[in-house]
Amino acid sequence: MQVAEHDAASEVPQRLGGFLERRREQIAQRWADATLFRTVFIVSRGEAVEACEAVVDALAEVARTGRLEDIEATGFAAVREQLGRMSASRARAGSSPSQIAGEVAGLREPVIALLDAEFADPGDEQAHACRLALTVLMGTLRLVVMETAVSAGEELIARQRHQLLEVATPVIRLWDGVVAVPLIGTLDSARSQTVMESLLEAIVDQRARFAILDITGVPTVDSLVAQHLMKTVAAARLMGAECIVSGIRPAIAQTIVQLGIDLGSIITRAGLADALAYALGRQGIVVSPAPAAGAIPR
Amino acid sequence: MTRSPATRPVPVLALGDVLLVTLQGELRDEAAEQLRYDIVRRIGAGPSPVGGVVIDVSGVETVDSFLGRVLAEIAGSARLLATRTVLSGMRPAVAITLVELGLMLPGLVTALDVESALSLLKDTPSQTLPGHPAHPAFTEEGA
Repeated sequence: MQVAEHDAASEVPQRLGGFLERRREQIAQRWADATLFRTVFIVSRGEAVEACEAVVDALAEVARTGRLEDIEATGFAAVREQLGRMSASRARAGSSPSQIAGEVAGLREPVIALLDAEFADPGDEQAHACRLALTVLMGTLRLVVMETAVSAGEELIARQRHQLLEVATPVIRLWDGVVAVPLIGTLDSARSQTVMESLLEAIVDQRARFAILDITGVPTVDSLVAQHLMKTVAAARLMGAECIVSGIRPAIAQTIVQLGIDLGSIITRAGLADALAYALGRQGIVVSPAPAAGAIPR
Repeated sequence: MTRSPATRPVPVLALGDVLLVTLQGELRDEAAEQLRYDIVRRIGAGPSPVGGVVIDVSGVETVDSFLGRVLAEIAGSARLLATRTVLSGMRPAVAITLVELGLMLPGLVTALDVESALSLLKDTPSQTLPGHPAHPAFTEEGA
């Protein structure tokens, strides 16, 4: 008797796998109408059915191996591929993770209905075991999709952080031998490092004698940021370029004084224009207004 | 101590009234000491007066605290002998390392490359070269 029960227990996943393979078409047709698939494959229903079939195949494979609760089961690789992309596109469309989870959970109902139809008596022990196994399998599927969605989100954040670092620190050549970095937004250690490196590289590339650090767009300066600014200025000086800090806001100036940071060794100017004028003046360049300042006749 | 190729003295070239020193690769401590001695001796006992010293470090990958101190000492000694020293061609990575170490080399005048160092020496009268601190000795500023 015990042996028979044991057989029955290991039989259930096999039976479930068999059921999934047999009913592949029907399940796929029903899933194609579910919110998750319908909203992603809006162009053609055939495509949705194809995607659903791939997922059913993967689930059948997992059921056959009996690792219903194992999200690392080999069969789920295909699911990750299919549903991961879909959940990513749903996330881009503005769905929250819990919404996506709910949509994946919605896939269970149609399959359960089909499974019940398999058995003459839905209250029978075998039917109960199969339903339980299927529920477990669908739960694991939901977990796999969530995991994929979350890791895709993390990748996106990491990529965007990297892009921000690159994009946010352009070094501009203002004049022959004058480069400037207009800093915008909050400075942290990583960004300050990027700023310092790109500014020093630009000094070499442009043979710049003057480097302007414009912090008009920096909302707050703490002691750490001030320290980074001073390091940048010192490094530029070691390379033979003069560094000018411009655009310090009144509130920031007060903070710096209150923090007791000595910027005395650093040349500062009110704005980017003043800093440029200083750099040009030091190079002996004089810019004078054009004689006639009227509008150009058409 | 036998002198291996790595510690052979750095040549000090005379270019008009300017001494040009080009540092290459890694400079061993003994070689740096020797260089300091050579430069100061050339300034003090050279056949003609020296108008300036240009030390080019564009070929240097790393500058440690010892070399930083020696460079500052060369500049300090040269100033006592009424000669200016310009450090030229420091790479960004070297500059960042020095700053991170807290070695701002405050007594040194710097230039982008040898060319601008030479024109800096030529164009500015000896008393008005910028960057001379009140205290000529090597000091370590807080990082």
